[in-house]
Amino acid sequence: MIRYARRAAALCLVLLVALLVNSARVMVFEAESLDDNPANRRIAINRYAQPRGEIVVDGKPVTGSRDSGQQLRWERTYPQGPLYAPLTGYSSQTYGTTLVEHAEDAILAGTDPMLAPLPLWNDLTRGRQPGGDVVTTIRSSMQEAAFRGLDGKRGAVVAVEPYSGRILALVSSPSYDPGVLSGTGRSVTDAWKRLNTSPNQPMLNRALRQTYPPGSTFKIVTAAAALDAGAVRDVDAPTDTPDPFVLPGTRQVLPNEATGCADASLAYAIQWSCNTVMAGLGVEVGLDGMLDTVERFGFNDTGLRVPSWVAKSNFDREMSADQLALSSIGQFDTTATPLQMAMVASAVANNGEIAHPYLVDRTTTSGGTTIDRTGRRSHRQAMSPSTAMQLQRLMVKAVEDGTGTNAAIPGARVGGKTGTAQHGFGNTGTPYAWFIAWAQAEDAAQPAVAVAVVVEDAEASRTDISGGGSAAPIAKSVMEEALRLEAEARG
Amino acid sequence: MTAPRTDAPPPGVRMPKRRGVELSLLVCAVLISVYGYAEVGLARSGAVPPDAARYGAGLGLLALVAHLAVRFRAPYADPLLLPIAVLLNGLGLVLIYRLDLETPNDHAAATQLVWSTLGVALFIVVVLLLRDHRALQGYAYVSVAAALALMILPIFFPAVNGAKIWIRVGGLSFQPGEFAKILLAVFFAAYLAANRNALAYTGRRIWKFQFPTGRVLGPIVAIWLLSVGVLVLERDLGTSLLFFGLFVIMLYVATGRTGWIAVGLVLASAGAFLVGSLEPHVHSRVQDWLDPFASIRAGDGPGQLAQSLFSFAAGGMLGSGLGLGHSVLIGFATKSDFILATAGEELGLVGLTALFLLYALLVARGYRAGLSLRDPFGRLLAIGLASIVALQVFVIAGGVMGLIPLTGMAMPFLAQGGSSVVTNWVIVALLIRVSDSARAPQPDDADTGTLAPVKEGAS
Repeated sequence: MIRYARRAAALCLVLLVALLVNSARVMVFEAESLDDNPANRRIAINRYAQPRGEIVVDGKPVTGSRDSGQQLRWERTYPQGPLYAPLTGYSSQTYGTTLVEHAEDAILAGTDPMLAPLPLWNDLTRGRQPGGDVVTTIRSSMQEAAFRGLDGKRGAVVAVEPYSGRILALVSSPSYDPGVLSGTGRSVTDAWKRLNTSPNQPMLNRALRQTYPPGSTFKIVTAAAALDAGAVRDVDAPTDTPDPFVLPGTRQVLPNEATGCADASLAYAIQWSCNTVMAGLGVEVGLDGMLDTVERFGFNDTGLRVPSWVAKSNFDREMSADQLALSSIGQFDTTATPLQMAMVASAVANNGEIAHPYLVDRTTTSGGTTIDRTGRRSHRQAMSPSTAMQLQRLMVKAVEDGTGTNAAIPGARVGGKTGTAQHGFGNTGTPYAWFIAWAQAEDAAQPAVAVAVVVEDAEASRTDISGGGSAAPIAKSVMEEALRLEAEARG
Repeated sequence: MTAPRTDAPPPGVRMPKRRGVELSLLVCAVLISVYGYAEVGLARSGAVPPDAARYGAGLGLLALVAHLAVRFRAPYADPLLLPIAVLLNGLGLVLIYRLDLETPNDHAAATQLVWSTLGVALFIVVVLLLRDHRALQGYAYVSVAAALALMILPIFFPAVNGAKIWIRVGGLSFQPGEFAKILLAVFFAAYLAANRNALAYTGRRIWKFQFPTGRVLGPIVAIWLLSVGVLVLERDLGTSLLFFGLFVIMLYVATGRTGWIAVGLVLASAGAFLVGSLEPHVHSRVQDWLDPFASIRAGDGPGQLAQSLFSFAAGGMLGSGLGLGHSVLIGFATKSDFILATAGEELGLVGLTALFLLYALLVARGYRAGLSLRDPFGRLLAIGLASIVALQVFVIAGGVMGLIPLTGMAMPFLAQGGSSVVTNWVIVALLIRVSDSARAPQPDDADTGTLAPVKEGAS
């Protein structure tokens, strides 16, 4: 009997070993795949178990957290939601994250290994750090000026510092409060439904994700192509373009809103926005030459991140001559994001070079230690420095005595270009009023700001003046703010 | 230590009493439990729970009273049994209290403490009144009658969660099947002790198997089939599996016939297959075991077993810490069937291994008491009771960790459940009594006076 009892005890030992081996299997060897199973709610619970780090504008957080007491505990608040929504995006328990909340999620959520003082130890204990902060390049007063300027009208404003590429203002209007999407439950899903079905599309980021026909503002790009390609050697010389201009290969006549465009010089064409001259120059440069230049400005680029992705600005790669002529004045299939057009203005202001635009200056731990800093990076050389110098002069002329006088700022050198883009079938849609510009204080070494403004529902006649009428004043107030800040910084 | 020929320890060996060891281990067990209780409070609200002292005092008092009962009435008992039981019961209370915090309307820990008190009271009653375990041998048929009555009783009560294993009287619910397992172990031990020679050596030999006569085998198989049948009717598959295993182990230990194991396994497989394919409740559990994540792929979210596996995985090596896990996601039955998931998530593989080793120690001590006893009844009883614990731990732990299909059963001492906790205290009481007999000096030894009497309380 003793012998059999010992065997029974051995059986119990086997059962114990089976349990221990199985525990190790589940808790060690299969733990990772079980932890990562999308149906495992712990991922979400842990994610929201602590407040997120803050997104900082001008030294002050524009985000906050509140303890909901729910299973997904900490919910995001946005004290000035609509103002900063185009840059922060939302962080929602129900709908995930977008924009900076998305791009810098690992820092904000505290999962980035860089946040841990001892990353290896952290791996072992699977500890979590408090969320880090994301410091943006946005200047609050410029952001506010742009937001005020749009005043709820559909449109967008982007301001960048030409030399560094820092994005100083990023506004899309109408906007929304991302805070209404924080949390779970009926009110969140209702808000989501409401925002998504609103005809004004408040969640559409018009500054980064919406493309518009750039209209006459695109003439700066065409002018750069013409100068770089040698199609124009003297900006003040007549260009030998007729008015009216018949689109090549068609019988269609391209009209001008401005007068005196027949045989006008490039300088005159920029100053008064002659369609005929610029269309003619585009055709003269040819498709290859135009493509070369537009892609150096950043068109047809799908890879731009600031760090949120930016929609592709389009310039068709295959076109007939008449389509090329229309494209050269920012019509046909040519479309651009407001950020792209701000990059065009900044290329001119920064002697032809585009600095890589960026929105996140640095990321820090919750204690304020810097983890990563973005810094200036050259993005592209859009045109030769001499071409940029000539275009600067032409753009200044357009503001001093041309279509862009509404943007003139006393005591500063301001260059601008207006645009009105017709769109829709037979040009029946509401025209888009555009204005791109840059400004340099008289005593400053380089331009302080380049800006692009687009207003969708401009009460505009179909003249180039509308860009100057509704978009230029917004650009002006943003630039004034930039100049004021710069002057302040210089003391 | 045993001479195989006589099945008895050599005379003249005096075992120390080791009551002091028991007392210090009990202090440790109570302190660990109170520490766990405080840690839950600290993790959840940053403060030690206000009733931590009361909880500690309560548990300490239970441990002390039980210890005194052992000290005076079973002074030679194994000193590990009681501390292990107190520690497991204390940890169970901590885990239940911790899960209570997630379900604000349920205060299961308080109820469990009442049941634990009742369990300890019964423990004391058994230790005090049962002077010699051999007295139980005479109650074999009373036991089996009571066991059957207890098991049949729930048929007249409404089903709870699909199983007819509960008796509800007033606000209290009781699971009589839990208690029946002790009675059945007593019966098996008594019957097998009386008939083991007949079972092993008489009867006809067919091919390689020695079949005992129907007169000997008949009653026990009938009892066994009846109890398993009743349990299947009540859909208490965990307990029927337990009885099955218990019967096979005790039969094997009593007769030493490997053939019985084979026959048992064949019968078990046939029964399991039959029940598994006929009973939709069981069928779904087998399906769930084979593929715990099927419901996720079907878009219905994770089932209980998947959630349980997620819990264990989240625990990893060291666990999240008491109070900091999310095993409440398992939902229904976190405090009973799935309480081990909380242990795994919050104490980690290290803590879970410690728990398993505590159970293993309890089982090993039970077996050891059985091995050192001279009378076959006591030996079979101790081994049967220890096997009940071992099988329960394996079946439930294997079930919630995906090793075997899940059957509803209670983790001894740990899980919420009054009848379970009371029953387990009685099991420990019987093991204490048996181990006391095993280690106490035999009357003839005392007469010879080969050794000086051991001082009371020395360890």
